[in-house]
Amino acid sequence: MREVLSVSETSGKISVNCVVNGDAVTLAAYPLARLLDVLREELRLTGTKEGCGEGECGACSVIINGELVNSCLVPVAQVRGAEIKTIEGVASGEQLDAVQEAFIECGGAQCGICTPGMVLAALNLLEQIPQPTEADIREGLAGNLCRCTGYMKIFESVVRACERTGAGS
Amino acid sequence: MRAYLPGYELVVPRDLAEALALLRDEPGAWKPFAGGTDLMVLFEAGRLAHRKFFSILQLPELRGVEETSEHVTLGALTTYTEVQRHATLRREFPMLCRAARETGGVAIQNRGTLGGNIANASPAADSPPALLAYDAQLELISAAGSRWVAYGDFHTGYKQTVMRPDELVARIRCPRPSTNAKQYARKVGTRRAQAISKICFAGLAEMFDGRVAEIRLAFGSVAPTVVRCRRTEAVLSGQKIDAATIRAARSELAVEIAPIDDVRSTAGYRLRVALNVLEEFLSRLAANE
Repeated sequence: MREVLSVSETSGKISVNCVVNGDAVTLAAYPLARLLDVLREELRLTGTKEGCGEGECGACSVIINGELVNSCLVPVAQVRGAEIKTIEGVASGEQLDAVQEAFIECGGAQCGICTPGMVLAALNLLEQIPQPTEADIREGLAGNLCRCTGYMKIFESVVRACERTGAGS
Repeated sequence: MRAYLPGYELVVPRDLAEALALLRDEPGAWKPFAGGTDLMVLFEAGRLAHRKFFSILQLPELRGVEETSEHVTLGALTTYTEVQRHATLRREFPMLCRAARETGGVAIQNRGTLGGNIANASPAADSPPALLAYDAQLELISAAGSRWVAYGDFHTGYKQTVMRPDELVARIRCPRPSTNAKQYARKVGTRRAQAISKICFAGLAEMFDGRVAEIRLAFGSVAPTVVRCRRTEAVLSGQKIDAATIRAARSELAVEIAPIDDVRSTAGYRLRVALNVLEEFLSRLAANE
């Protein structure tokens, strides 16, 4: 049976201003609402996926103020004023990012659930380390799980992306 | 079952004084919420018992790393990523950097904080054994003022600490280890990345004239709290390290720790690995590695 709370024991929705993929937005949500749910349900940005819901799988990865995070672990009250990038903000119009191109070329996407998180983790890695070693790539992707277990192709996609951006590894 | 979202509060104080006033005015009613990497997991699983939280993640007063000739002092909100990137920490506190690197993946490391790792008081946390081996001290602050406590005295029982309900962990201060100090840390988990420890060890020692002049041994996941193994340290103190001292240290450690069976491992495995990891550290000391 669901616990009954009186009005005084419940919090109201709060209003949170932030920037999502370059657009200023105002979100209305309960303070502990997961950023993941707000992105998907309020903003209809369903590219961000839910996998485990406990920070283990990386399917819900987004970039907040330049840092990769699991959006299932971020309460909306903590993104006031933040700049958020989701998978929908990676391409410029029809022009895919080099990382996305590489995933297509190398078959880095199978069922597709882990792919948005993998792409964002790879982008974040290349931002931090433009010329990653193989070990850097493995470590940069270590928080992202692929249930199809297509890890080698994902790894090769990131190596290809490095080559395409001229960084090399 | 998922939690009932409107039943939870998360307020965002404008500054540290406002946060401390919340704790002062209603002691026990409000709890701090930093990176959320543990609390949000409990919340989603419907196991977050407490309802009223205040965010501290936005407070600059709890950030930053300061250095003096004797200490390095870390703000409680220092993330695992910030630990790994800090030049002095990389050079002088490799065990802490290693723990930071082995905690979760990049996305967790960007969000999880040292203060949260400490205050959450899990016996399986990864940075506490290193902090114990570094003989860290914690600054606890409240509206009434601040006090420093030895981290070795902080945990009093499973998820229990000496913190009062009106206090926050503000800073972590570690004495800079001597350049002669030997440091060795080892985490054993199911997978190298993103796994919670089966056991976690950090050891720091200084040798003088072939004998142990100073030694600190700390473990995670072998007792209800992270532990400093002072009895085993006493067995080793002043000794040359040879087969006999290693045997004696293993025997003492075997009775000093009390690992259990749980979802991640068994008591028997943990005990065996803890003894082996201790031996590996001591063998390296003996070989002057």
